[in-house]
Amino acid sequence: MNGAPFLRRLIALIRKESRQMLRDRSNLLVGLLLPMGLILLFGYGLSFDVTDAPVAMVLEDNSAVAREAVSGIEGSPYMVPVRVGTMAEAEAMLRSGKVDAIVRVPVDFARRQGQGDARVQLILNGLDTTMATSLEAYVNGAIGTVVQRRMDRGGVVGAGVGNVVLVQRIWFNEAGDSTWYLVPGLVVLIMTLVGAFLTSMLIAREWERGTLEALFVTPVRPLELVLAKIAPYLVVGLIDLAMCIVAARVLFNVPIRGSLLVILAASLLYLIVSLLMGLFISGITRNQFAASQMALLVSFMPALMLSGFVFDLRNVPLVVRIVSQLVPATHFVGVVKTLFLAGTDWAMVLRNGAIMLGYSLVLLTLTWRTLRKRLD
Amino acid sequence: MIDAPPSVVIEGLRKTFSGPDGKPFDAVAGISLSIRPGTLTAFVGPDGAGKTTLMRMMAGLLRPDGGKLSVLGIDLLVDPQSVQNRISYMPQRFGLYEDLSVQENLDLYADLHGVPPAVRAERFSRLLAMTDLASFTQRPAGKLSGGMKQKLGLACTLVRVPDLLLLDEPSVGVDPLSRRDLWRIIEQLIEAEGLSVIASTAYMDEAQRCDQVFVLNRGALLAEGTPAALTARADGLTYVVTPDADVPARDLQARLIDAPGLVVDAVPSGGQVRFIRQPACDDARLKELLHGCDAQPREAELEDAFMLLLHEHEGPAREASVPPPLAAGRADGPIPGDDGAPVILVRDLVRRFGDFTAVANTSFDVRRGEIFGLLGPNGAGKTTTFRMLCGLLPASSGELRVAGVNLRTARAAARARIGYVAQKFSLYSNLTVRENLDFFGGAYGLRGKRRQDRVREIIRQFDLDPSAPSGNLPLGYKQRLAMAAGLLHEPEILFLDEPTSGIDPLARRAFWRTITALSQAGVTIVVTTHFMEEAEYCDRVAIQDAGRLLALGTPREVRARSGTAAGHMNEAFIAIVEQARAAEGHARVAA
Repeated sequence: MNGAPFLRRLIALIRKESRQMLRDRSNLLVGLLLPMGLILLFGYGLSFDVTDAPVAMVLEDNSAVAREAVSGIEGSPYMVPVRVGTMAEAEAMLRSGKVDAIVRVPVDFARRQGQGDARVQLILNGLDTTMATSLEAYVNGAIGTVVQRRMDRGGVVGAGVGNVVLVQRIWFNEAGDSTWYLVPGLVVLIMTLVGAFLTSMLIAREWERGTLEALFVTPVRPLELVLAKIAPYLVVGLIDLAMCIVAARVLFNVPIRGSLLVILAASLLYLIVSLLMGLFISGITRNQFAASQMALLVSFMPALMLSGFVFDLRNVPLVVRIVSQLVPATHFVGVVKTLFLAGTDWAMVLRNGAIMLGYSLVLLTLTWRTLRKRLD
Repeated sequence: MIDAPPSVVIEGLRKTFSGPDGKPFDAVAGISLSIRPGTLTAFVGPDGAGKTTLMRMMAGLLRPDGGKLSVLGIDLLVDPQSVQNRISYMPQRFGLYEDLSVQENLDLYADLHGVPPAVRAERFSRLLAMTDLASFTQRPAGKLSGGMKQKLGLACTLVRVPDLLLLDEPSVGVDPLSRRDLWRIIEQLIEAEGLSVIASTAYMDEAQRCDQVFVLNRGALLAEGTPAALTARADGLTYVVTPDADVPARDLQARLIDAPGLVVDAVPSGGQVRFIRQPACDDARLKELLHGCDAQPREAELEDAFMLLLHEHEGPAREASVPPPLAAGRADGPIPGDDGAPVILVRDLVRRFGDFTAVANTSFDVRRGEIFGLLGPNGAGKTTTFRMLCGLLPASSGELRVAGVNLRTARAAARARIGYVAQKFSLYSNLTVRENLDFFGGAYGLRGKRRQDRVREIIRQFDLDPSAPSGNLPLGYKQRLAMAAGLLHEPEILFLDEPTSGIDPLARRAFWRTITALSQAGVTIVVTTHFMEEAEYCDRVAIQDAGRLLALGTPREVRARSGTAAGHMNEAFIAIVEQARAAEGHARVAA
């Protein structure tokens, strides 16, 4: 193939695709405004953190010792204690959702403390496990702080044997702020959205309007069509990526601990994968409605549910884990989270990068085949 | 002409698709032909003849299932790209990018074909002048009229002189004026540039202009030759007969077409009936059929030869599919309920969409039992007028009474008395014929035994198979089912929107036969069509262009008004629209 005509045709096609993209307002809406909305929604509106959760306090032992033991809860920014007289009342409140947990200090607390095996009961609402897990940690922490303070004061805490105190730290996200892990995940979501969703219309629309038929009977080569369709959306994707990174750094103070260049390179690679995925779907369905539905099901939903963006993949059943490994987004989520919060882990970057490169080559070939310049 | 190698050589070419019922059928069933370069060649045939499939195979878009195919001496099975580099192809839907401007569409195709910038300016200005698009270069292609889109589509295929130009039904769905303009451009280019053109068409007047004609039907090549040679096949078989003064031409035509043993084909034309007799027809019986009217021989036309070939090929099986005349023919008695008052009354009807006037100041009446035709190019306001008549679209101003009911105040009451057959048959393709009819019967308010009786009756009248899935029916039958559904509640008026578009000529004859029978039974019929010759079946027609009513009257009056009394309805239509446009031009200049 002669180089010059290839380039001339490619430029003509890119110009055509860009014009078509810019003239369709819904493209800009989905391509630029929706990502902006998602950034704000995920950054400000969505959080797994627990603040000001009402906790019922049932002090059956009202001694000073008992009160001191739970005093940490009162000072906690995460919880608001509600004093309740009896256990029955507290249970009713938990059932009706007025409180999220019950902390019960039994009658014999002070006595048993003397013996070194004092107990405090914590009852959690399992309907919302995320909330319950967080509260458990907070209550533990609050009570633990008191214990530790006592130890610091030099007093022997009871005569207990094996009175182990756990001192915990969360690495990479020291404050346990969920924005920190939601925002890097958002990069994945937006790259998927822009890529697969917008491009899923492109080939299908040309089939529906009958324009491909005319285009095929010209010197155009299938590869030129694929490349030209990707190019303008690659630019949109890069603008979105820049928006994400700036928002992460400036608005949400998410640290960028890995190399910015590597983040850009990995994102670009993933963007190409998802653009090709959208084009491929478009090419096989040849129908805009079917293509957009399929893009949602095959790329966007898995990126949200199966990529490890929200749910930790190590806790899911083996089958789901295998499926999730097939989702390209999974490999990008791993890289991007590490890059943002932990630093550049070269082994991981190279491994996942190679997987994404593999995907993009496979998808390029498949998409190419859907544009074989044949109607049957 | 020099003895150049043929531009297309086809041997035993075959292409099989799977039909809607899952069975394979041959869209192209073993065709062999060769086409000389430097000529204008036509593939003619009804819908489903295999024209488009053949075009697409020649363009390298479909892979043949058997046979040999070479274009410009290149084997398409081996190297389709080399062919695609040298030919141009205009698909039925023109292949334009509607969101790109006229200029941008031209630029795109010029870039793809590698037209050097030096020759581009000259070429573009020539194409734009020829297509009258020079003042619209900045307009998005989607905002052009149908005729302009078609011309732009053609211009895009001609950004450079192709070695072969393929046009797939270039004039389908386009008004007669644009059709004529398009062929003028093609002829100019053949003369100036020695272009080789292959066009597929369903219009005989277009085939008439070609050097070589191939007649196709159901994937088979029926005949080939020059238009004159083909026409000669019908020599001596063609007649024209004038009915008695009080008999509408369509009634005589119906009688003739009901006698397939004697008459191959008959169409009403200018108050007379043109017909083709069967070669082996008995003179005495034919005379009896004509009720003593005198049949004059007339010169055969390509259309006659085409109909003759089609009938031969379809054979007697096809004749059986002509629907039986509807039971209650009341042609002789007075039309029931006729008190002389118009059944549809339209006064100063206006419809605006924003600042665009789709229908301007239109007034007409439709009398009971009439067949009334609305004719006009695309965008003339036919469909808008039609929708207002059916109560689907409110009028901006004016008076509108249908079946004695004011449509502006009592739309629901009027709707119960009209039947509507939409252009795209609004039937559920995954329901059977009976289920569809049951559903529409219910929707029209028929209940219990009455509905059952009506459904049974209509299935019998229209000769339908109640258990057939609607989606698998051939187009002609789908159309018949749609009509049956519209007639379930025994409406006084039946509205049909473009009922014959996309249907082959034999099915169209059958369709009009049914309409004639319905009219004889006293149903008032309002029909839109872009086939001008179908105006001949109507008692009266209204011609619309750009929202205005240009002519109203019997087909004969309309022809007389146009000054083309003897001619074809097509020419009358073109003359009337041109006169009106010229008058408007003068008015604009004067202002």
